Amino acid sequence: MELKDSSRRDFLIAGLAVAAIATGCTPGSPFEAAVGDDVKPSGKKVKLLSVDGEEIEVDEAFLKPVPHMPTITNAEARVGIPGKKFVMVIDLSRCKNLKKCQSACNHAHDLNPGENWIKVDPMQSAEHTAPYWEPTTCMHCDEPPCVKVCPVDATFKRQDGIVLIDSDRCIGCRFCMAACPYSTRVFNWGAPEIPADVASQPYSAETSIPQKKGTVGKCDFCADMTRMGMLPHCVSACPNGTFFYGDLNEDSVTNGAETFRFSDLMRDKGGYRLMEDLGTKPSVYYLPPVSRNFPFESGLENDKLQNK
Amino acid sequence: MENSKSIAGEEQIIQDLLPRKFKNSGKILVYILSAFCLVGIYAYYRQLRYGLIVTHMRDYVSWGIYISNFVFFVAISLVGSLITAVFRLAGVKWGSPLTRIAEMIAVAAIIFASIIIIVDMGSPERFYNLFLYGRIQSPIIWDVIVITTYFFISILLLYYPLLPDLQILLRFKEKSGPRLHKFYSYLGSFWKGSHKQYLLSKKAINALCIAIIPVAFTIHTVTSWLFATTYRPGWDSTNFGAYFIAGAFLVGAGAVVVAMYIFRKWYGLEKYITLDHFDKMGRVLVLLCLLYLYFNVNEFLTPFFKMKESEAGYLNDMFSGSFAPVFWFAIFTGIILPIIILLFKKGRKPLPMFIVGIMVVVGAWFKRYLIVTPTLLHPFMPMHDVPASYHHYFPSWEEWAITMGSLAGAILIIVALCRVFPIIPIQETINEHHETAK
Repeated sequence: MELKDSSRRDFLIAGLAVAAIATGCTPGSPFEAAVGDDVKPSGKKVKLLSVDGEEIEVDEAFLKPVPHMPTITNAEARVGIPGKKFVMVIDLSRCKNLKKCQSACNHAHDLNPGENWIKVDPMQSAEHTAPYWEPTTCMHCDEPPCVKVCPVDATFKRQDGIVLIDSDRCIGCRFCMAACPYSTRVFNWGAPEIPADVASQPYSAETSIPQKKGTVGKCDFCADMTRMGMLPHCVSACPNGTFFYGDLNEDSVTNGAETFRFSDLMRDKGGYRLMEDLGTKPSVYYLPPVSRNFPFESGLENDKLQNK
Repeated sequence: MENSKSIAGEEQIIQDLLPRKFKNSGKILVYILSAFCLVGIYAYYRQLRYGLIVTHMRDYVSWGIYISNFVFFVAISLVGSLITAVFRLAGVKWGSPLTRIAEMIAVAAIIFASIIIIVDMGSPERFYNLFLYGRIQSPIIWDVIVITTYFFISILLLYYPLLPDLQILLRFKEKSGPRLHKFYSYLGSFWKGSHKQYLLSKKAINALCIAIIPVAFTIHTVTSWLFATTYRPGWDSTNFGAYFIAGAFLVGAGAVVVAMYIFRKWYGLEKYITLDHFDKMGRVLVLLCLLYLYFNVNEFLTPFFKMKESEAGYLNDMFSGSFAPVFWFAIFTGIILPIIILLFKKGRKPLPMFIVGIMVVVGAWFKRYLIVTPTLLHPFMPMHDVPASYHHYFPSWEEWAITMGSLAGAILIIVALCRVFPIIPIQETINEHHETAK
């Protein structure tokens, strides 16, 4: 995880540099146009790689940090990735309530303390059945009740199956929260406690960053990671490989270490979805907690920490 | 047709019914109500500044007393259509002195229903998004459309029957003072009382009365659908529309009875709001109570009989758990005791009716609270991995202040309207006086 984070940061820095050149390389007076007249050349040159693959030299004074812009527009984020149908499989036999998924998710999305997009619930269907741990994310339903009731199209369903929120449009009526039977949505009741530089970023529906006061948030299936061909943070954070993620059209899901045919998993392990009777058609599938890797009790200690 | 006797009677009626300046008690009432409103406004300022965090709503109880209060206001506003439209179209003559009171209550309530729904929004500054990006599939948009429609029809139903009265008011310039006189002439100087105008107005009022009934049914049905279109136990009910409408007519009629009593006492209107009116409103009220009781039995008995797993938690909480005191209070004070009291002739005298009216209104307010909150505290998924404060709900002082402020504001509108306009339609009373004189 550490490694991945630093590589992400490197990627971002590289992105900044490229973006700096891209803005600079517009026809006309390239650098002056970008930084204005009041900047005097310092004489110190920096070597940079242009978009054409040429090595160029630029005066240091003309470099300026570019704010982190979302790489795709809101309109693109609303459409989704063509030809994909993203699904998640959660293997309940592997979960011992470590909550690494939760902390990775909270960190990646800069969530307000106490707000969890992933919850890990202790479940017991009946008195004499065995308890188990059940992580829940947004189910990214194919018949999403939240999208149906939203009055302003702030929450929407994409062609790749992901349900996202446009926090710049959400009016905070919370009808979607009442409508969601999985209670997956969280509300930013106050101004979220996030670093100022994160809070000042323009909002992107794919990263769900930054969360804003008076709007709804929820699991976004890490649509930004997915677009880059990477796994959602919860999937890569789980040391037990509980979460699998993939494309239904390719019939394959992976937790990073293992890759399965989705249909094989469903057939061999008896996959199912939550509250099928409601007709919401979730995109998250569960494998029943049989032949478990861990006893239920191993997760209790961790649960006490959070749910006093 | 105009003999001297009826002219004398006419003058008497006008003198009795003209709006009057407030005495000290009236002024004190206005100050108290304004104070409540100011505290509410301050609380709302805090909510705007810090966000909905100042309320005690959290992710599970994501709708609290704002929404109950909204449902309450929408419910009470339905009375305008009951007393004005239903009575008029059904040819119920005795209701006519009550029409203006009912319309004033309806207008005040629908204004505050719209205000309170904006108060509940997390990002009210984006209200315009409803018009920019409105999706017709969403029940909230249905609500926006029908509430706006209902508001305008209610205003017109208050305004058109007022026109002949404005003509009378304009005759008493020295009594109303220059500013009010100017206001009256702005509103109604075009009304000459000609036969043509009279016919036109009658036609318009009839058309509005016909239009308002389906709109009134729609506003409250759609409001019930804000709940019934979700999957949640306690809301997922096909009974909800009818159940809400029955409750709405009941609380509205209760509010009219309360207003009748107060206005009668304050303005000495014993001649115009008679014992007979109380008796008849009592009969209407008992009918509405029985109807509402019927829908309550429907709403609770069948799920109680089955005790489905998903509904058991919520039902137990209502019948014998933490919400039981409020639940049984609302059922007994709001429905059962009123039925018992009103079945006796003595119970339909003004004072007992006044008390019953208050019981009905207070019971109804708590009933709305029970419609919203207990369901939200019993979601399908376990309440887990959230801060401890998410597990229960009791409104914060800001929520109480805003709610009280909105109730005070609605009463303030009614008080202001009755200061400016006659509470009992003057011209209609004169016409009836002529008819009975004949």
